[in-house]
Amino acid sequence: MNEHETLGARLAQQGISRRAFLKFCAAMTTMMALPPGAATAIAETLLKAKRPSVIWLSFQECTGCTESLTRSHSPTLESLIFDMISLDYHHTLQAASGFGAEKSREDAMKDFFGNYLLLVDGSIPLNEGGVYSTIAGRTNLDLLQEAAKGAAAIVAVGSCASFGGLPMANPNPTGAVAVSDIVKDKPIINISGCPPIPAVITGVLAHYLTFGELPALDELGRPQAFYGETIHDRCYRRPFYDQGKFAKTFDDEGARNGWCLYELGCKGPTTHNACATTKWNGGAGFPIEAGHGCLGCSEPNFWDAGSFYTPLAAPTANIAAVAGAAALIGAGAAVALSAADRAKKKKKQQAHEKLSVKDLGN
Amino acid sequence: MNPQELLHWLRGTGLQLAAAVFVLGMTYRMLHLALLGRKKNLAAARGAEWGPGLRTVWRRSFVMPELSARGKFTVIAGYTFHLGFFVTLFFLSQHIDMLRAVFGFGWTALPRSAIDIAAILSLAALIALLVHRYIDPVKRMLSGFEDYLSWLLTFLPLLTGFMLLRGIGFDYTMLLILHLLSVELLMVAAPFTKLAHMFSTFSARWYNGAVAGFKGVKA
Repeated sequence: MNEHETLGARLAQQGISRRAFLKFCAAMTTMMALPPGAATAIAETLLKAKRPSVIWLSFQECTGCTESLTRSHSPTLESLIFDMISLDYHHTLQAASGFGAEKSREDAMKDFFGNYLLLVDGSIPLNEGGVYSTIAGRTNLDLLQEAAKGAAAIVAVGSCASFGGLPMANPNPTGAVAVSDIVKDKPIINISGCPPIPAVITGVLAHYLTFGELPALDELGRPQAFYGETIHDRCYRRPFYDQGKFAKTFDDEGARNGWCLYELGCKGPTTHNACATTKWNGGAGFPIEAGHGCLGCSEPNFWDAGSFYTPLAAPTANIAAVAGAAALIGAGAAVALSAADRAKKKKKQQAHEKLSVKDLGN
Repeated sequence: MNPQELLHWLRGTGLQLAAAVFVLGMTYRMLHLALLGRKKNLAAARGAEWGPGLRTVWRRSFVMPELSARGKFTVIAGYTFHLGFFVTLFFLSQHIDMLRAVFGFGWTALPRSAIDIAAILSLAALIALLVHRYIDPVKRMLSGFEDYLSWLLTFLPLLTGFMLLRGIGFDYTMLLILHLLSVELLMVAAPFTKLAHMFSTFSARWYNGAVAGFKGVKA
């Protein structure tokens, strides 16, 4: 753990060929939309790069982010490069437990103060003093604030850490918030998704190792290279959307023909992520290829943005009931004011006075 | 508020508010018109009211030759806009999805190319009508702020809708936000501006027909 040797040395130890490594660098360059020449620069820099210390804190989460990272692409070079960082604390993956585990976190924080990368998955509960989620008797809030102090940068892995995610869904009983709601003085990169794509996590780490800084971010703090376009922009079913050909149910002819899933609630048009290009399970596919619409999991508040099966064109609230009530009130007001008008007219008539339209309620 | 939150608000609470104002305002205005309390006509009726009234509602939907001779451009552009708007509003699949979600039933959508043509013609007609309104001295003199506001409130939903459908200018989320905002603005303003003619035109036609019918005049 304390041997923060270069990545090149570790790769050589593990028998990774230069050819395989260059292929990885080329793939990363393409994914991050960097100029072609950057592949060589990435390779050279990565080989010399010292393995940075990484502390991974898991808060209110389901471990899906870790599952995604460890399973989906393993064993590939992506997972090996993850191995090439010095993962000093990750309470799901580490062998140590109890006081030993906490000590390794404290040691890393002390030894690499100001230089370690802090990865966080899960949201942070604030209600009741944060007692809804604690580790070793300490609240998530306490642990995050302490670890953030010495971090060079923070990577919020998954939608819970990035935006609050499922724990923050209405009515948010634990008072869950995102990392960026608490830490204000450190660079934060949000790798949203439920879970995020493993290659996106490794891509961001590779960028950090190469350039020593975080990649360009969008307005929600997500790396533009991966979240710059929507699922809809890159969806292979897009031509059917443009032609107005939609599956109406999950087993109709349209669905069998691979038509657009918009009417079945696909949130691809409003969801920024790289699923349609990077794909999942070693490039095997992504949800839309499996015949299900996108849930929009990499966007804030996706859990509360209406049913997964409601088309984007449809309202997310009950419009008919509101309109019905409004019609009754409108009708009532019209009847009442008309009655008042008639009474006014009658009164004026009896008094032989003139009445103009302006005297009536309009 | 990030774009996703704004979009969610516009699809939920915002739309509820707009629908409430639209329905309340329209119901009030239309019913208030109907209940104004006309003086009872004591003359002997020479014909029925309802039949000729409804006939007029139908017949006035067609071009009257005497009008078209005097203002061909206005009539043609006016009909083009209204027909294009009607087709786009009621026969685009996304709009049918929305209406189905609200009313519980829908109908078959027109092909996307037909919607594109209708929308483009409708937009072009609106622009031509605005230019004509400005160039023609009589129309210009008759036009006030409300006329230009009504034009803008009608133009924006069509424009943003077309941009949304074809992915022009911004990303989908932003275009959907702009489209919903423009539609909700139109819904809120409609009952209180000349745009209320979307309903009052039918009651006005009926009233004209009914008056003529009562007098025994062929409407």
